[in-house]
Amino acid sequence: MTISLTVNGSPVELADGTTVAALVEQRTSGHDRVAVARNGDVVPRSSWATTELAPGDRLEVLAPTAGG
Amino acid sequence: MQKDRELTEELAPALEQEEATDPFTLGGETFTSRLILGTGGLPSLDVLERVVRSSGTQLVTVALRRVEAAAGSAMLEVLSRCGVRLLPNTAGCQTAREAVLTAQLSREAFETDWVKLEVIGDDRTLLPDAVELMDAAEQLVADGFTVLAYTTDDPILGRRLADVGCAAVMPLGSPIGSGLGIRNPYNIALLREEVSVPVVLDAGIGTASDAALAMELGCDAVLLASAVTRAREPVQMALAMRQAVEGGRLAHGAGRIPRRWLAEASTSMQGLPEL
Repeated sequence: MTISLTVNGSPVELADGTTVAALVEQRTSGHDRVAVARNGDVVPRSSWATTELAPGDRLEVLAPTAGG
Repeated sequence: MQKDRELTEELAPALEQEEATDPFTLGGETFTSRLILGTGGLPSLDVLERVVRSSGTQLVTVALRRVEAAAGSAMLEVLSRCGVRLLPNTAGCQTAREAVLTAQLSREAFETDWVKLEVIGDDRTLLPDAVELMDAAEQLVADGFTVLAYTTDDPILGRRLADVGCAAVMPLGSPIGSGLGIRNPYNIALLREEVSVPVVLDAGIGTASDAALAMELGCDAVLLASAVTRAREPVQMALAMRQAVEGGRLAHGAGRIPRRWLAEASTSMQGLPEL
């Protein structure tokens, strides 16, 4: 079973039961100090492993960059 | 570039000595450099490192972006090696809701409750949206953030931001990246008188004299990015900004002479021979 959701503005299909931690692991190789928003709220790092993604979720997976 | 490096090494000790006598406190932290540097727009991490070192800054702004577009951990390693503190911004946010969420995400990512709060009205001018800015500032202060608020040069709005608990008020000199300098020095000086928290001139600096003017007007520090990162020689401009901020600060403390309509001789007329 897969679920449909949006990650960083693009539609994706993920295995049912995928956690935020697994998504971060997949997406953030080479990045440190990542932050995740789910449906407009922060997902604290301490909850990544226990937060399962749901159909229709909007995820933003963010990392540091240069800025003024 | 080699010349830049030599310049930095030669001048650093003298500057450090001067700076040590005039520290600057922001959000409970003490800094000896009064130059805050934005990191956006540099061509490489090598140039970033040399710019940061040349500027003498101790506080640099950073941003959060989608991971596909982000810089990668090497940038943080460079900044860590330079020993600078990170100040996350909320660049690009147009509503209080976006800015508050971005600040909360930055707190999670960077493990700091400091934020450069930026809430802009549109993409064309990047001018602050005063209504959304006030709303976001109040929410973030209540949530325990140390808020450094990027704002217009309106002294009354600056006072309101200080009143709700912002740790610093950061008026623009002119629009972000415009290089137009300080368009209303009167407002900047008035704002400095209006608030007791630090005032940081943020945005619009084009060259060293703009940074010096900000300090002469009584600003506590200057925040700039484009003036250095888009200069033809960024490392050299970083050093120029460092010296301009130092010079402006010293001049402010020394007290400029009053402007006069007519000349006043500096050579005494007493004993002038009749020839």
